[in-house]
Amino acid sequence: MAEAHAHDHAHDDHHHGPVKLSDGFGKWVMRWVSTTNHKDLGTLYLVFAFSMLFVGGLMSLVIRAELFSPGLQFVDPEFFNQMTTMHALVMIFGGVMPAFTGLANWMVPLQIGCSDLALPRVNNWGFWILPFAFGLLLSTLFMGGGAPASGWTMYPPLVLQTGEAFPFLIFAIHLMGISSITGAINVVVTILNMRAPGMTLLKMPLFVWTWLITAYLLIAVMPVLAGAVTMLLTDRYFGTSFFSAAGGGDPVMFQHIFWFFGHPEVYILILPAFGIVSTIIPAFARKPLFGYASMVYATASIAFLSFIVWAHHMFTVGMPLAGELFFMFSTMLIAVPTGVKVFNWIATMWRGSMTFETPMLFALGFVFLFTIGGFSGLMLAIAPADFQYHDTYFVVAHFHYVLVPGAVFAILGAIYYWIPKWTGRMYNEKLGQFHFWWSAIWINVLFFPQHFLGLAGMPRRIPDYAVQFADFNVISSIGAFAFFIGQFVFIYNMMRCMSGRGEPAPARAWEGAHGLEWTVPSPAPYHTFEEPPVVDDKEVPAHG
Amino acid sequence: MRNWLAAPLLWLMAFSAGAESERSIWNMPVGVTEISREVYGLHMLIFWAVVIIGVLVFAAFFYSIWAHRRSRNPKPATFHESTTVEIVWTIIPFIILIGMAIPATGTLIKIEDTSDAEMSIKVTGYQWMWGYEYVGEDVSFISRLDRQSDLARQVGSGIDPSTVDNYLLEVDNRLIVPVDTKIRFLLTANDVIHSWWVPDLGMKRDAIPGFINEMWAKIDEPGIYRGQCAELCGRDHGFMPVVVEALPKDEYESWLAEQKGDDGSQSAEAEGQQTASADDAGTVSDAGDAGDAEAATEDEPAEEMELSALMETGEKVYRGQCVACHQASGEGMPPAFPSLHGSAVVTGDSAEQISQILNGKNAMPPFAHLSDKEIAAVITYTRNSWDNDSGVVQPADVAAQRQ
Repeated sequence: MAEAHAHDHAHDDHHHGPVKLSDGFGKWVMRWVSTTNHKDLGTLYLVFAFSMLFVGGLMSLVIRAELFSPGLQFVDPEFFNQMTTMHALVMIFGGVMPAFTGLANWMVPLQIGCSDLALPRVNNWGFWILPFAFGLLLSTLFMGGGAPASGWTMYPPLVLQTGEAFPFLIFAIHLMGISSITGAINVVVTILNMRAPGMTLLKMPLFVWTWLITAYLLIAVMPVLAGAVTMLLTDRYFGTSFFSAAGGGDPVMFQHIFWFFGHPEVYILILPAFGIVSTIIPAFARKPLFGYASMVYATASIAFLSFIVWAHHMFTVGMPLAGELFFMFSTMLIAVPTGVKVFNWIATMWRGSMTFETPMLFALGFVFLFTIGGFSGLMLAIAPADFQYHDTYFVVAHFHYVLVPGAVFAILGAIYYWIPKWTGRMYNEKLGQFHFWWSAIWINVLFFPQHFLGLAGMPRRIPDYAVQFADFNVISSIGAFAFFIGQFVFIYNMMRCMSGRGEPAPARAWEGAHGLEWTVPSPAPYHTFEEPPVVDDKEVPAHG
Repeated sequence: MRNWLAAPLLWLMAFSAGAESERSIWNMPVGVTEISREVYGLHMLIFWAVVIIGVLVFAAFFYSIWAHRRSRNPKPATFHESTTVEIVWTIIPFIILIGMAIPATGTLIKIEDTSDAEMSIKVTGYQWMWGYEYVGEDVSFISRLDRQSDLARQVGSGIDPSTVDNYLLEVDNRLIVPVDTKIRFLLTANDVIHSWWVPDLGMKRDAIPGFINEMWAKIDEPGIYRGQCAELCGRDHGFMPVVVEALPKDEYESWLAEQKGDDGSQSAEAEGQQTASADDAGTVSDAGDAGDAEAATEDEPAEEMELSALMETGEKVYRGQCVACHQASGEGMPPAFPSLHGSAVVTGDSAEQISQILNGKNAMPPFAHLSDKEIAAVITYTRNSWDNDSGVVQPADVAAQRQ
């Protein structure tokens, strides 16, 4: 049917399909540079994201190599600080965020039954800003004074001691912000205006819902970050003193502004993951998602709460008691909607008929390990205890638990889940299962001991440590190297699909999967849903 | 995967009992103040709460994986909604949270009550050392990483950290405080944000330039309590430990009197005292050895040194102490950190450069803890590197100016 559509439109369309490498290298390159197709851009975003995850991963290996044993073996402390800073910036802004945007590009139109995103040229622009942003950022590694070394949080006055890299850092962040905002606007406009007839808001797949809410978070907070870093820029070069006490400013004000961005930002990194897990678990449990409406409300509640909890990142700055109490209570509240989500996932599994293909393994791994990260998050919310936990490895363990076996596992699960739709080929299931178990084991070897390190008193962001921390650091470093190596299995598996090897995938690649994306052939044609599909209750059940 | 939960639990159960006697390597110290014990109690309370919740939730999770797999349950159920259930699992966590919030609020109120302090100590964070000032007592000194650790922590030092006692957790001048006294700490910083943290006191608080933060502690037991800077503050963030030595009140009083008796050379006196008190507290020899070693190097400088020897040592010192601000290239990061290329200080009268290193200037802290030989070497290095060519400084020159 979709094939027929492609033909109907071929004569009034200016191309018959994507330019292939065999049409000439120059043409092929220009296809990717000038493409406005949501599938092409989704692919570009994902390839870019995984390149950045690789670069950021290498940086983390420098960190873990230096921390393998006490004493300074490999790098200067200043370079170590550059690595922690760049690792975070690259992973957050270059890895996880573009990966989610890539998934949104591919899947939002396919899931709501529209032909493309609402603003295809903006989409192209939004992507192509990124390589320049990260070109700028990574080039600072080769500049006088080295890359930024003040942590990704860029607290002044320390960040003002950055060398020549300083303006590059600021402009790179501005570019990333512009890219994120354009992506977010595109998602909002598409979802609100271009759903197929009959696709009411409460029929939308959860991935679409979580992305809609994420997009609003992005639009709300990326300008705040842009404002904060611009104030840093003027403090450094134009004689303002927003953050300098000597000029009547306050360095802590930066932290308030930064975390007003920063806390919604961490939900930007996790809400789409919730959507992915809410898509995968019902498919492999062969049972509808439990509590669809409550999932939507829980997501919205988490998004709302994210705006009123920011100062829990800065309990130690010396706030008034009332402030500390407010932020402690509001932070603890987040456990309620997050708990609802976890309970709903388990209720979805309950009395289902589960099979455990790779996407399901990653989704279940997510539920288990993300929950552990949630527990340590609840502990961190308790302000008096946070006075001990703050800025230790306990915090490092916490946020890596929610970001790696959390966000990254969800991304991996999503790719395994949808790669048959994208390439028309099934990945190798044995390798996929191996990849999951290898990752799940080593990620725990990597991050679990860091809880103990933090509790025993090891601060974060130190290149060298007292000898009593040696044992757990060795274990953690071994986990890091092993985890990293295992990811090449995934890269190979995906390359295999992309180069057209592997079993051909049927249109509905998973028997339990529902949603409009499974009604188009695999691989999905270059243009889909040029005529709006019929939204029937069997494929897209009504909720609420 | 279940073992991942069970293993750490078993460890904690087996060892948390012994945590008080020796510092645990996997759990928070109970500490030596009322607050630290309350914080520890809260930490364990929340920990066990999440463990119990975790056991219940994961039991359902794994039971479902086992019982509701396709080979055992080929026909899936179809239920997908229950408002009652949703309300129940919204309200129950809410009640648990209230149960956690009540004790946490009580502790927080106590922590923030700095009234009725019996004494105040002003703590100033510098890149990368701590300054302590006993408010109203006219006693103050700088406390930095001890020389043994500082030598061992240089890249490629060849010194095995495990041979250094309290590697990275020892300082030249400890903060001496009395027990059973409510001490108010006034925290600030000179350059960037630092954070003053001693786990055994149950607290950390940021030291912010231009602002003064408060925290308090009332230490129950005499002893030596070690911590570190907890807020990233630049290159040597990992190398500015905090060491607090709590003495019985009378010993503290006599220590304080001694400090006040000799207000001219506070720092040197404090250093001698620290060695003695280290012996008292039973950590013995190492601090003493460090002192001896330093004394030895300071006896030598009478002899003249070759330019090449000075340059070689100077480069090492420069890489260890100076590069963070003045950069390996010597170009600094103006305007905060001036370039040394053709700088007026480096090319001018050497006495001024020696004085600046011994006493500090503007953002630059004093480096008087380095030996005469090291200071002479690093000055010579800066005066003969890049395009500079302004002569040699000998250890004797530094000694003469040091007084």
